[in-house]
Amino acid sequence: MNGLTLDISCPGNNNFSLEVDCELSASGITAVYGPSGSGKSTLLDCIAGLRQTAPGSTIRLNNETWQDAGNTVPIWQRHIGYVFQDARLFPHLNVQRNLDYALTRRPRTGNIHLEQVITWLELNDLLSRSTETLSAGQKQRVAIGRALLSAPRLLLLDEPLANLDHAARQQCLRCLQQLSQELQLPMLYVSHDIEEVSQLADHLLLLEQGQLVEHGSLLALCSRLDTRLSHEEQAAAILTATVAQHDTEYGLSKLTVDGHSLLVGHLPHAVGQSRRIRIPARDVSVCRHRPSDSSILNILPVSVVEIEDTNTAKLLIRLCLGSQYLLARITRKSCVELGLCIGDKIYAQIKSAALLMETSDSA
Amino acid sequence: MSNAELDAIFLTIALASITTVLLLVLGTPLAWWLSRRRGSVPALLEAVVAMPLILPPTVLGFYLLLLFAPNTFLGRFWQELTGSQLAFSFSALVIGSVIYSLPFVVQPLQTAFERIPQNLLQAAATLGARPVDQFRSLVLPLSRRSFITAASLGFAHTVGEFGVVLMIGGNIPGETQVLSIALYDSVESLRFTEAHRLAGALVVFSLALLFLLYRRDRQRGWRVRA
Repeated sequence: MNGLTLDISCPGNNNFSLEVDCELSASGITAVYGPSGSGKSTLLDCIAGLRQTAPGSTIRLNNETWQDAGNTVPIWQRHIGYVFQDARLFPHLNVQRNLDYALTRRPRTGNIHLEQVITWLELNDLLSRSTETLSAGQKQRVAIGRALLSAPRLLLLDEPLANLDHAARQQCLRCLQQLSQELQLPMLYVSHDIEEVSQLADHLLLLEQGQLVEHGSLLALCSRLDTRLSHEEQAAAILTATVAQHDTEYGLSKLTVDGHSLLVGHLPHAVGQSRRIRIPARDVSVCRHRPSDSSILNILPVSVVEIEDTNTAKLLIRLCLGSQYLLARITRKSCVELGLCIGDKIYAQIKSAALLMETSDSA
Repeated sequence: MSNAELDAIFLTIALASITTVLLLVLGTPLAWWLSRRRGSVPALLEAVVAMPLILPPTVLGFYLLLLFAPNTFLGRFWQELTGSQLAFSFSALVIGSVIYSLPFVVQPLQTAFERIPQNLLQAAATLGARPVDQFRSLVLPLSRRSFITAASLGFAHTVGEFGVVLMIGGNIPGETQVLSIALYDSVESLRFTEAHRLAGALVVFSLALLFLLYRRDRQRGWRVRA
């Protein structure tokens, strides 16, 4: 069986209990998302073996069982890379020796080279430094490098970018994306930042109060109306788009989404590249007829797929654009006055500014 | 300096050195165990370890003397094993000193072990380090200073012991007559010049050792291995 099989029960304090039963993909980045206290870190600790699970729990990666009835593989034999929020570099060793610590203890089959890791994570200038003198971003890069050098079969990352400033965060995100593509190394990435998640993840695992709510493809989950995600203020659909053309005169770039054009602020990416875009539901409005005199550039023909059934002032509708989906948050009053029904062909207006260009590269 | 004085100095250094080595060997696992456990049993053991700090040394010496007597199990066992009696021997002094100086070694080590962040050990475990490896590669270097403190205090405290030695060792030159006993002996026989030499030497030694320890403790931070 290929993938990460989890059937975990882990009782905690104050009636909290983590209950997760699912099969996760053994490739790409799976984001573990949920509010604080939902059990995200507990889940990672259970997988790593740092926390004891209730009897009857099962943890299996591909053909290798780490935990089942009466059998627990100790942490140091699981070959898991774990990047903690607080880096946890060894204070008595310098950067080079922190990396060596992993290198000398890994299984002989490990094939990630020190030089490679140093290049990827730009560690060359840090090697002789004491870990105490590093910035938060540098520490995390060393921690990621150290975890990689242990030749892990699974990389666990527990909010590794939480303490980083914007620039350092972007640098680390780029590194992680590149690594996930080059190494074929499955990653579990804990975050409570939806932007980070939509930028990075291929799959999504939603946790709430210790319970597994949903898991599956990120793009599919983000466009659904019945998940916790769609009820957050920053609910957004994520689409895959291709860079089609650059318009230097107006400083714009044209993207295509399944044959439909979208104009966004000028992008540095080459024509033909595939990119992920995030369109917040609150920045999408709908109309029956294509307005001819609007300042909004992006007006796309869509069809109504789903309308949220609710009594609140605002509701969400799900719109089909080619083979992908958009979300729009509109008032219930507008929905009634427009007489929206499932299957209606309408137009979605997207504020140009709402198109967030991510550094993600998801083909 | 007379031969008797030199003998006393040599004997004291030998006793303190052997005791310190034994204390480190026995005290390290004990301190580790105490630092990782919660509950009544470790608390009781911790109290027993700390007893020599507050008990008059003569109380400890009294019980040890009873224990070492040739008619007890330990005394007989020792007699059969070595052919000589345990009480009033150098070996008895070593056993007594180990017990007497135990808290001076265990307590600094226990404090140091408690300060080692559990999360560093977890990180080491995920990198493939087994528990013994974690101890060797993280705990030992991170508590290096405390090992030096523990060894120094254990050594110095053994050099300074008097009551226990008097009770279980007596005053046999070359066998159990350590510095503090030799000093007592000199004063009793009104040999004040000799007493001055011995007392002065002990004062200078103790002050120098403690000064070096305290001065080092003011220079904080890890020593990073490059």
